Amino acid sequence: MSRKQKKVLIRIIITSVCIVPLFFIPLKGIPLFVIYLILYLIIGYDILLKAAKGIVNGRVFDENFLMAVATIGAFALAIYEKSNDYLEAIAVMLFYQIGELFQSFAVRKSRKNISALMDIRPDYANIEKDGEIIRVNPSEVEKGSIITVMPGEKIPIDGIVVEGDSSLNTSALTGESLPKDVCINDEVLSGCINLSGVLKIKTTKEFGESTVSKILELVENSGSRKSRSENFISKFAKIYTPAVVLGAVCLAVLPPLFNLLILRTSPGWNVWIYRSLTFLVISCPCALVISIPLSFFAGIGCAGHEGILIKGSNYLETLSSVKYVVFDKTGTLTEGVFDVRDIHHNILDKDTLIEFAALTESASSHPISQSLKKAYDRNLSIERVSDIKEIAGQGITAVIDDKKIAVGNDKLMENSGIEYKPCHMSGTIVHVAIDGRYEGHIVISDVIKKDSEKAISELKNTGIKKTVMLTGDSKKVAENVAAELGVDEYHAELLPADKVTKLEEIMDTKPSGQKLAFVGDGINDAPVLARADIGIAMGAIGSDAAIEAADVVLMDDNPMQIAKAIKISRKCIRIVYENIIFALVIKFACLGLGALGIANMWFAIFADVGVMVIAVLNAIRALRISGSA
Amino acid sequence: MKTYNIDVDCANCANLMEDAAKKTPGVKNATVNFMALKMNVEFEEGADEKKVMKQVLKNCRKVESDCNIEF
Repeated sequence: MSRKQKKVLIRIIITSVCIVPLFFIPLKGIPLFVIYLILYLIIGYDILLKAAKGIVNGRVFDENFLMAVATIGAFALAIYEKSNDYLEAIAVMLFYQIGELFQSFAVRKSRKNISALMDIRPDYANIEKDGEIIRVNPSEVEKGSIITVMPGEKIPIDGIVVEGDSSLNTSALTGESLPKDVCINDEVLSGCINLSGVLKIKTTKEFGESTVSKILELVENSGSRKSRSENFISKFAKIYTPAVVLGAVCLAVLPPLFNLLILRTSPGWNVWIYRSLTFLVISCPCALVISIPLSFFAGIGCAGHEGILIKGSNYLETLSSVKYVVFDKTGTLTEGVFDVRDIHHNILDKDTLIEFAALTESASSHPISQSLKKAYDRNLSIERVSDIKEIAGQGITAVIDDKKIAVGNDKLMENSGIEYKPCHMSGTIVHVAIDGRYEGHIVISDVIKKDSEKAISELKNTGIKKTVMLTGDSKKVAENVAAELGVDEYHAELLPADKVTKLEEIMDTKPSGQKLAFVGDGINDAPVLARADIGIAMGAIGSDAAIEAADVVLMDDNPMQIAKAIKISRKCIRIVYENIIFALVIKFACLGLGALGIANMWFAIFADVGVMVIAVLNAIRALRISGSA
Repeated sequence: MKTYNIDVDCANCANLMEDAAKKTPGVKNATVNFMALKMNVEFEEGADEKKVMKQVLKNCRKVESDCNIEF
């Protein structure tokens, strides 16, 4: 509890305790008035003070001023009517203060909860100085320094392991609970917890540029991008208070004048002034104004805990109305790792065929070459290879052991006049010819992630209308993957620029209220991520470009996270709407009942504080949304 | 754009501070994040940040006397 809160709490307790005996002590007239006045000042002096300051600064319609007018008005009426009923004014102040205190409690508590959910901020870094290990602030560590991380400590700065091996708990970054083993020369990210051994790490970034700082910055800034609901509420709050005040003035003046001038009966000033004061009690828009950002904050915090970083409340809102999900294939639905699937050979045995292919491609860094080398998995005696020629878009020719080798696609075979056999399997087909004779082909393809199919069906369950897959790969590959996963539509053989055009085509055909999300790995689809209503980057930890371009960052590369993100956003938005509707209905009902004289000030303040308490409790519920339920 | 820590008690007051900051000369745009207690300020070119922030605080105090901005 902060000092401010403690002070208010003490004032609330004093006032509540003192009010009770007043019921039993038969005081009348001036002494009674003085005692009530003292209590009133104890509970409400700060509000009166703020109201006075508001007037000095030319701000009349602020809630402090209105509370002051309402309560002082109630006092004045009690004196005028000689009813000695001063309790009402004090009660209004008392409950108002209780409400405000509760609100600041709730906000403080959720701030704490969320920082606990995102508990990745390292407090210190260990550096060695004169043979001793000392703790310093991570932001003071220069790039290229050696830091020591003990078991149980958080890695404070990104770097490379130079000594020791250990396993790391990466769950704070990726939500993945399986520990990751690291040894010398492995890259490690800040925010992971070192589990077993002592690690010495050479930092490759400054603290401010490290993963952990980037994530924290992103989460903290998320509230600055405001959603439509929030903008609606802040606009509403601006007109609500003046409108209620205007209503109160009309209520105080018009009916009595009507009585006086038209009906020629007694004006009943005190009745109508009392009703208008009741209006003022409900004039504070606090319940709405607090519960909406609180819900978003809690929702974003909750998502962050699940490894889903949402860059702003506006994106959370958009995410909740996503009906179309467009995927990039490679790296998103598939592993993005090419593996040799099959070898169809003629006379040569499998191993020799792969060896020749790997040797021919030994100098290339193309993903296909990498997978050939991986499949051979033995040391390549590169000195056997000479005269390597790379033919762009076709393949490679080289001379090995005085034999002319050609390794490449259909085109290369056609151009060299070699008769080749087409393959019935989908994937990238690498033909191998030796001295002009066809020796067979190697099938290389990407592996579908094990959760992709489940992820697509989960999306359909959550009410996604259409799933589309975009890929630069061949039609045959795309068709197979699409069929296997149950994707509704696919577009193959797209260059990176075509993907943007295709996405725009899809966006043009959909109704504008239904949003489109693009999911990519952020490697070369940044323009597409930026163009979609909402861009989701997967497995993007450590990739600054992806974090920059995307609106939602999934720290894990599991496609199941997409459906989870959408579910969390929907629940959060539902809470927001519940609060808006609930608070508005109660407020307007109170205004109506107050005008009719059914609701008195007690009723009004109870309703006002009650709405706020319920709305805040409902908002905090967003912290506990779980993606699975 | 710069980020400042702020101290304010109620959400509506935070909105009022945002408005006040936006209207301060030298400020191009400002957003207040009540939940994180942060104010992001985008300055106009050539503005003296310290001076502008002093004025921002002064204007914010006018709408919410209890608030504070660390700069």
